[in-house]
Amino acid sequence: MTDVASWVLNVTGLTKRYGLGCPRCAESTGPDHGSSQCPFCQTVHACVNAGFTLYQGEVLGIVGESGSGKSTLMQLINLTINPTAGEIWYREPTQDSTAMNLVTMDGFTRRHFRNDRLGIVHQRPELGLNMRFSVGGNVAEKLLLANWRHIGRIRERITELMIQTELPPERIDDDPNTFSGGMLQRVQIAKALSSNPGLLLLDEVTSGLDLSVQARVLDLIRRIQWEQKMTMLLVSHDLGVIKQLARRTIVMKNGFIVESGLTDQILEDPQHPYTQLLVSSAL
Amino acid sequence: MTEQHTNIYNFGFIDEDSKREVRRQLLKAVALPGHQVPFASRDLPIGRGWGTGGLQITMAIIAASDTLKVIDQGDDESVNAVNLRRLLTRTTGVSTTVDTQAATIIQTRHRIPEEQMREDQILVLQVPMVDPLRWVEPNLERATVMHGEADYGRMWVYMYESVIKAGDIRIATQYPVIVAGRYMMDTTPIPRWDVLRLHNADHLSLFGAGREKRVYAVPPYTTVEPLEFEDFRFKTEYAEGQRCHRCGATNTFLTGHFVKSPGTDEPGHWVTSCSDASYCDKQMVAQGWTEAQE
Amino acid sequence: MGYIAARGGTQAILNAELLVEYMRLHAASDPIGIDQIRDQMRAAVGRAMNEGALYAPNLAALALKQSEGDSIDASFLLRAYRSTLQRVMPTIPARGVDIRCQRRISASFKDIPGGQMLGPSTDYQIRMLNTLLMHESTADVQRILKEYDALIAQHADTDERAGYFPKVVDYMRAEQMVPFVRDDEGAEPFDITRTALTFPCSRSARLQSLAQADTGCLLTYAYSSVRGYGDAHPTLAELRFGALAIAVTHPLTGEPVCIGEIVVTECEIVSKAHSVAHNQERPYFQLGYGFTFGHSEVKAMSMGILDSVLSQAKRNGLSGESGPAANEEFVLLHSDGIEASGFTAHYKLPHYVTFEADLKVLERAVDHVESDALNPHAAHATTAKERL
Repeated sequence: MTDVASWVLNVTGLTKRYGLGCPRCAESTGPDHGSSQCPFCQTVHACVNAGFTLYQGEVLGIVGESGSGKSTLMQLINLTINPTAGEIWYREPTQDSTAMNLVTMDGFTRRHFRNDRLGIVHQRPELGLNMRFSVGGNVAEKLLLANWRHIGRIRERITELMIQTELPPERIDDDPNTFSGGMLQRVQIAKALSSNPGLLLLDEVTSGLDLSVQARVLDLIRRIQWEQKMTMLLVSHDLGVIKQLARRTIVMKNGFIVESGLTDQILEDPQHPYTQLLVSSAL
Repeated sequence: MTEQHTNIYNFGFIDEDSKREVRRQLLKAVALPGHQVPFASRDLPIGRGWGTGGLQITMAIIAASDTLKVIDQGDDESVNAVNLRRLLTRTTGVSTTVDTQAATIIQTRHRIPEEQMREDQILVLQVPMVDPLRWVEPNLERATVMHGEADYGRMWVYMYESVIKAGDIRIATQYPVIVAGRYMMDTTPIPRWDVLRLHNADHLSLFGAGREKRVYAVPPYTTVEPLEFEDFRFKTEYAEGQRCHRCGATNTFLTGHFVKSPGTDEPGHWVTSCSDASYCDKQMVAQGWTEAQE
Repeated sequence: MGYIAARGGTQAILNAELLVEYMRLHAASDPIGIDQIRDQMRAAVGRAMNEGALYAPNLAALALKQSEGDSIDASFLLRAYRSTLQRVMPTIPARGVDIRCQRRISASFKDIPGGQMLGPSTDYQIRMLNTLLMHESTADVQRILKEYDALIAQHADTDERAGYFPKVVDYMRAEQMVPFVRDDEGAEPFDITRTALTFPCSRSARLQSLAQADTGCLLTYAYSSVRGYGDAHPTLAELRFGALAIAVTHPLTGEPVCIGEIVVTECEIVSKAHSVAHNQERPYFQLGYGFTFGHSEVKAMSMGILDSVLSQAKRNGLSGESGPAANEEFVLLHSDGIEASGFTAHYKLPHYVTFEADLKVLERAVDHVESDALNPHAAHATTAKERL
């Protein structure tokens, strides 16, 4: 099923560090030392030498506790922070497409790539939405940046996306402050999907929602994934969410990937002691 | 009273190094149409916000051989235009004119002259607010990055919201435009009537904001496109059947004012006339009226 | 055929200027001497010099006379004059420790090396109007001067180091309460009069902007940061007022040459430091620095507080989250009195064109609402969706 030619994202040696680093960083940080910060030079090694490949139509989960580096990794892929080292290659899932290194793109190209090819849903809706604009205006932003210039057609597209994400289309002009938490996540999903992105990034999208609301949002994501064969990268601290959506999973701790493989395998037969702890406490 | 002190100042008031710096930034502005270029704005003996940006551009580019026209609201005799002209002539001695055709440099606030300008003329516009993105991003540091990445999505949402909430694009002046297909630019408080007259113009337009310390430019034959939608077009103030009550022009920008014949019992009434006063006078002279001396 | 009506802008401006002169002199009282303003209105002169960013007591007094005491207008006159002056050469950096103090206090420690010196201060004066000043005579002036001479004679100090004190902040540095490092270590100072201020800006650019900012504005921002819209906890490390010698490098010999003394107020504020979670560096007090021409303690302290608030915010990678005074761009771009007053006043200029354009938009908006109101299905038709 995962034919070698159909990869979408290929990440190698991805590293993000805050601080200059020192010769003793390597021997004093990482999962074995229980910290990502060097006690000698105070450098924070937020993400170290991360590498993975994401295939067309696949959902890859990234799990770890807060401070593990999973959010840093997500921000790196979303191109909102610059890596200290490493490469992020992206390829359209078509036959004759050429791969491009997102790290070396200039700001202008990056902005337009991000708008067109990436979609992101944040844990906190106010990070992804502008609460001063209407719901429709928020969903329209990516379309407008991609030079859609016909309000009638833009609104047709917004309506289509609202229906797809199970939002009442008659509320297109409403103030997002009147929406519930679960609905705001749908608005973010509608916005993320508006450009038909090649990759959807989901950053703790159901954290903080009630369990029943959480289940409905997860159902929606699963349906979109199924219907559109959408490639997704899913960050969560919650193994339950990972288990429902991700076929493969990466486990991170103190800036390092400590284990990766098929989600079922990781849950049933965790190898790394940290993963074992995570699985036993979650299940 | 202060006339005898004038000669202690340099030609064009500001010193030559400062002029050179302004010209360097103007060259950069011309090379990057619509892009805001920071410059070290000098303190002038005119209030900040009263045209110090336009003045510094004029001071930096003017030569003794130039013929200057200064207008405010389209009017050469507006108190502010008189005041700025007084400073410029006092410190340069250049000749002035009210005739758009005769001027080599025209400094203006809020209008572009009605008569079409030529390749050999420069229009200097005074700018109060520089960044069109301030409506969606007041922080300059972030707005600068947005311009760099042509990240104008949020501004377009602002336009979309205007249509959705008001049924129309509710921007009267300082209408945002895209210059040369790249940078979003504030057109200064010129009316929408004038916005399209920047598009592919024969003349060079230089914009100066003294208080905000930025210059920008629209070179000749450069596209200037107002933000609009295919189904909600940019509209000017032009109204069918409009007419100047003085010269009878039907294709100019008009402003309203109150008239009353002196020494009569007539109660007075509101009329509209050309805001470009010298153009209006020119039309009247052509119709056989005699020009009054001040 | 008739005449085109003339518009009398030029004559109106000239008449307006004459009227201002008339308003100043119409009561025919004795004209005020520049020396009287310079010597007897020290606070106003200091403020004009600070905000005009030019140390020139005589010209500041002249500007105050010309502006009838309006501090912003007086500083504007000085600032505009300054921009015509040639830059001769930079001075050798002056140090606060070299101020010959007339006043020097600290609120951090009861006793400080060199001791506290109250000096000329109205801090503990009961604020009641002194009606004796209504009719002050030259005899009164002589009496006070004599009283002062007698007092000085009793406490004559012949030590040539009298008035020079070590700095409290140097002691704090030695004790590692505040760090030794400068934020712009080794960098050439930014010059806000020669380079456009862009953000993020250096500390030297910040201090220059604050030094010429409007006193009232700095006071407001500083006050807001300690009152509730911020998290500043300032303590006055030291405030000194006195004379500071200014030197330049002789262009031929390369030797320093003193070119005169200026009267200054200097202030250091230390503020309780709050570091954010990921910031694991050694905790220390945040230092803030204030410096003004003349005797301007409120401005020097406001500047010191704001400098510490802004440094603190920058150190923690924040900008304005704890209050408006911690947003550097906001504070620096809105605190210049000359810029702010100029722009606010510019609304007096004709806006006939923009108003006409606004009016046309208003007319369209009214038409839009009325056409909806006339529509029998208005209740349904008002949603934007159905309009489209």
